[in-house]
Amino acid sequence: MNTSVNTPLYEVFVRSKRGLDHKHVGSLHAEDAEQALEYARDCYTRRSEGVSIWVVKSGDITCSQEEDAASFYDPMEDKPYRHATHYVLPENIKNM
Amino acid sequence: MTQFKLNAEELEQAFQNRIDDEQKIEPKDWMPEAYRKNLIRQMSQHAHSEVIGMQPEGNWISRAPTLRRKMILLAKVQDEGGHGLYLYSATETLGITREELVEALQNGTAKYASIFNYPSLTWADIGTIGWLVDGAAIVNQISLQRTSYGPYARAMVRICKEESFHQRQGFESLVVLANGSAEQKAMAQDALNRWWWPSLMMFGPHDAESAHSAQSMKWKIKRKSNDELRQAFVDQTIPQIEFLGLKVPDDDLKWNEERGHYDFGAIDWDEFLRVVSGKGMCNKQRVEHHKKVHDDGAWVREAMRAYKVKTLDRNRMKEAS
Ligand SMILES: [Fe+2]
Ligand SMILES: [Fe+2]
Ligand SMILES: [Fe+2]
Repeated sequence: MNTSVNTPLYEVFVRSKRGLDHKHVGSLHAEDAEQALEYARDCYTRRSEGVSIWVVKSGDITCSQEEDAASFYDPMEDKPYRHATHYVLPENIKNM
Repeated sequence: MTQFKLNAEELEQAFQNRIDDEQKIEPKDWMPEAYRKNLIRQMSQHAHSEVIGMQPEGNWISRAPTLRRKMILLAKVQDEGGHGLYLYSATETLGITREELVEALQNGTAKYASIFNYPSLTWADIGTIGWLVDGAAIVNQISLQRTSYGPYARAMVRICKEESFHQRQGFESLVVLANGSAEQKAMAQDALNRWWWPSLMMFGPHDAESAHSAQSMKWKIKRKSNDELRQAFVDQTIPQIEFLGLKVPDDDLKWNEERGHYDFGAIDWDEFLRVVSGKGMCNKQRVEHHKKVHDDGAWVREAMRAYKVKTLDRNRMKEAS
């Protein structure tokens, strides 16, 4: 029996330093979360790249599709007033 | 659950060392129970303020004087809802549920910024809220970007990026009024008169009287004291008021050459306590409105839950057959 096809894929996120967000660094196969965490340690943090690791089953991630970009992001493009730079400040007004 | 190898005393010492060393505390770290409690109080109060703060401004969305102003106000209020979300989520990393937080707001055990208990009476109030109230919030939030709890600090960074649009749109709107007709200018002055003192109160009691301050500073939950932040706000705002050609409603306000800061008059703390304790003009209305909207939306949450249960049942039946 070929079991390898069934070994679930995990996504690995590493916090490089306290205070920073965990960042996606790659993925790996493991039988369970515990094992994924150990593999991640061995694969992705061999040179002290992190202080904390998250592993998440790839199948548990729901993501938007690039083809949906129009309905997701286009409506944002005609709203320049959401940016501070849209408002011109008088020259002698600082600190805003 | 995380296992810790040190005893209680060593844990506490390691925790304080980490803070003294300017490192952030992250959700799965050991932390003193009082630190957790203190954070939950402050962060949830901040979250509630973002959400309740939508009401005085929301009051004017349908009556904004131009389409442009309406779109801007809508976008700002939408941001505030988002800020509430960032902060509630960050608070939930401390092991409390959203339901508990909302319940505490609705039953009055949790507070929100008492400035939102004042009514927004005229269109000039909307510009003034963006300029002064968001302006005061920004002074506080900039210093909180360096708070010791990681999720709170990161939420603050995200929020500060969005806030400066809030303040600028308010100021821009006031520039128009202050340079408009005599009536418009009077309306701007009237708004400043009503919002100035409550804005100064936003920074909380004087340092000597502040109940949570000393411990919060030691734990670096707060990075600057109430009085320091208030002074910074006054110093940066006076030139803006002068630019508008409006008058600060404070006869004691004057530049102090020696201190390099503005001196300002005594804050009416009785008024502050009255509003905090629930006797402000709009306290009842704000919480009632929150409850009503929450209850009105219950059917949506129930429908989503019912759909979820049905889908699970269906999948189970499919698997069984
Ligand atoms: Fe805010
Ligand atoms: Fe906000
Ligand atoms: Fe804001």
